[in-house]
Amino acid sequence: MARLDITKKLAVLADAAKYDASCASSGAKPRKEPVKAGGIGSITGEGICHSYAPDGRCISLLKLLLTNHCIYDCLYCVNRVSSDVQRARFTPEEVVQLTLDFYRRNYIEGLFLSSGIIRSPDYTMEQLVRVAQLLREEHGFRGYIHLKTIPDADPNLIEQAGRFADRLSINVELPKASSLEKLAPQKQASTIRKAMGGLRLRLDEAEDERRRSRRAPAFAPAGQSTQMIVGADGERDSDILESSATLYSGYKLKRVYYSAYSPIPGSSQGLPARKPPLMREHRLYQADWLYRYYGFAMDEVLGATDGGMLDLDLDPKLAWALRNRQRFPIDVNTAPREELLRVPGLGVRSVDRIIDIRRLTDLRLDDIAKLTRSAKTLRSFVTALDWTPGASLDGAHLAAAVKRPAEQLSLF
Amino acid sequence: MREVVLRAPDDYEGWRDAARALAEARVPPEAVVWRAAADAPDLFVSEAAAAPSDGPSRSLRVPRRFADLAPLVACHGDPERFAFLYRILCRLQDEPRLLDITTDEDVFRIEMMAKSVRRDRHKMTAFVRFREVAVEGAPPAYLAWFEPEHHILALTAPFFVDRFRAMLWTIVTPEARASWDGAALHFGPGGSPDEVPAEDATEEHWRTYYVNIFNPARLKVDAMKREMPVKYWKNLPEASLIAPLIRSAVSSEARMVATPQVTVPKRAAAIVARTEEARAARDAPPPAAVSGAMGGNGLDALRREALACTRCDLHKFATQTVFGEGLSTADLVFVGEQPGDKEDLAGKPFIGPAGALFDRALGEAGIDRTRAYVTNAVKHFKFEPRGKRRIHKKPGVGEINACHHWLEEELKILRPKLTIALGASAIRSLTGQSASVLSSRGTVLTSALAGPVFVTVHPSFLLRLPDEASQRTEYARFVEDLRAAKALAANADGGGLQATGTLL
Repeated sequence: MARLDITKKLAVLADAAKYDASCASSGAKPRKEPVKAGGIGSITGEGICHSYAPDGRCISLLKLLLTNHCIYDCLYCVNRVSSDVQRARFTPEEVVQLTLDFYRRNYIEGLFLSSGIIRSPDYTMEQLVRVAQLLREEHGFRGYIHLKTIPDADPNLIEQAGRFADRLSINVELPKASSLEKLAPQKQASTIRKAMGGLRLRLDEAEDERRRSRRAPAFAPAGQSTQMIVGADGERDSDILESSATLYSGYKLKRVYYSAYSPIPGSSQGLPARKPPLMREHRLYQADWLYRYYGFAMDEVLGATDGGMLDLDLDPKLAWALRNRQRFPIDVNTAPREELLRVPGLGVRSVDRIIDIRRLTDLRLDDIAKLTRSAKTLRSFVTALDWTPGASLDGAHLAAAVKRPAEQLSLF
Repeated sequence: MREVVLRAPDDYEGWRDAARALAEARVPPEAVVWRAAADAPDLFVSEAAAAPSDGPSRSLRVPRRFADLAPLVACHGDPERFAFLYRILCRLQDEPRLLDITTDEDVFRIEMMAKSVRRDRHKMTAFVRFREVAVEGAPPAYLAWFEPEHHILALTAPFFVDRFRAMLWTIVTPEARASWDGAALHFGPGGSPDEVPAEDATEEHWRTYYVNIFNPARLKVDAMKREMPVKYWKNLPEASLIAPLIRSAVSSEARMVATPQVTVPKRAAAIVARTEEARAARDAPPPAAVSGAMGGNGLDALRREALACTRCDLHKFATQTVFGEGLSTADLVFVGEQPGDKEDLAGKPFIGPAGALFDRALGEAGIDRTRAYVTNAVKHFKFEPRGKRRIHKKPGVGEINACHHWLEEELKILRPKLTIALGASAIRSLTGQSASVLSSRGTVLTSALAGPVFVTVHPSFLLRLPDEASQRTEYARFVEDLRAAKALAANADGGGLQATGTLL
């Protein structure tokens, strides 16, 4: 095989990394001062998207695979061993150089490094850790580092990865163990879960140590995240969301990323060769938000699904409200925060604003309209100083009135 | 009419000093004209501080929120910004809670202006692109041309200082420039894009990255434009790629969908086989020699078998099977209910808060945990996810029965002198019947499975007690129970244990 130059390798290994949805550079504690003279980088805590691709996704980190050679044969993955895709491999030093070159020009917040499995999980993990170590120790790099963590790797390697990285992630890949068995025969749901559980214990421990002493070494201060592929194996939204609730509650994940299964060149038979279900992905994120920020139990969210699927035409909060009309209207001037969070059209910020303002003055419908972009939907579910929704809440066509057609475009 | 001319378009301090003096003197907003030097015909320093008073002077108060918003709004591009801020300052003297009323027109406007400045600042931190300039015999310099919407250069420059402290850099904007010489930040006059080199070799890598990280199957142009407005594109090296990428997206996607795989690499099958072999070797049981402490007599084999247990649905959500642990020749076997949060994560029984209490009580009762065996009636954690926590749920009879198999096999191997049932689920599994813990506590039941079973409470019962007094009493009782169990087991050396309790 001819040796590839850096540009060619970059093309192959960025292309191979694009199916990973995660891009966030947020969640880390802000840091400014370089550790050593000549060091570079800072973290603001809020994350910065330095560019956007025409797929609407943020480019915050240099997202690369160290190599797309892989000894596993996961059917949904473009890099599986049986795929005839072009292969490439970076040396750790090459990734370090690209990261620094990009960072110095303010293209990126840092590096997100993943890899195909080569030789063995331990060997691969060592290579990933090596890149992070070079960046931190040789170059005083203080930017963001996200390392993909290989669940079968030796715990010592994961410990080292946590020393250098801001965030670690282990992909659960598919919501059901049975799908994983079918589509990723070399991966085991139990191993993945155990690795995440171990990571959570380690994160808790590191947090405790930091609380006792500020000098205790940090361990992945931006926590752990994961990704699930949506639409590769006929799983239902309820499978996915139940799985997410398990992951959030058990492993304190910062994020579960949902990645609509995207057709891959030369895709394996038996996988859907169609446009990725982007609207479905969007609804899943909305449902995920309800669980994490709006005080919904996952059972409640799932109560508003049909046959375990979220309504593509309705955001899940509205779908829930339409099925629980007896709980409305809610009085914006008196209802407690938990109740306000249930109102379709009110986000967490608008709710907090309402609570601030109503201490001083009673709110009218117009006032609320200034706080939200969905005033039209909202009015059916609230009462205000000068407003009661009247019969509209019971109207059979309420659903039709607030329903907007889903914007899922077809292929052509 | 008074006129105040400020030194620069973002001269917040100048505005503050002048506004303070004017407001103290009760000069009404409509009597002042504000200008920044850049828009002013002549430069002169404001005389406002010495302006004659329009009434008895007053001392000013502003809420913290105003102090946060005003420096941002002072950088806004709106020529009315200083007059507007002064009007709010005056209103705040009569309406101190004004800023909490987000529905007020002025408040709405000040928030929107601050938001727009914040966004511009954020976009500047995102979209400045440095180009490297080689300098003979010195470290390279980095230059960038940027066109902000508002007067935010001074506001944003500290971000670049923090991040690129070790680099020498200059950001040129039409209105002003900021330079970092490695030690200090300097501001100077505005410039033009020609001052920045036309290219940088790394830009080709960046453009290669941009093209390849894009997924044509997910085209969402509006989402991109919302976050990366077109007005910024002219200074982004990657932006010229956008149009061709969009044009070719549909055909590239079709290619992704329609391209069948031509060949499977020849080595694939061999690699897969090798991988499977390596895994099998790793997961295989260790050679026959089984050590004492972690359970010989087949306990290890049993544990391995239990790891794959799917006898009930609990395995679907739990992290792992938490099997019993301890000495295979233990006299005492403790049976709890089920693993908790921490046990589930670590794969070991009784290591969470209840486990810590249990250990303490064992110690006080003179029982060495390492000489005992500790297990649970149910070996997977049953819980209800609630936000970021898992709430313990009592296992049902179905789960206890499904898991009974493992306890039965454990006890067959262990054959202890005495089994201690900690709580109702353990009684249920050991005797097959429901019994009230409180009424059978301290007694010995017989179990076809385990022989004599001594009953006491589960340590987590002690953790749930509401007041300290009952916690102390109950803890002492628990320790007493453990002592009694220890004594019973010791006496059992002579003859068999007699049942002292009956199931109700």
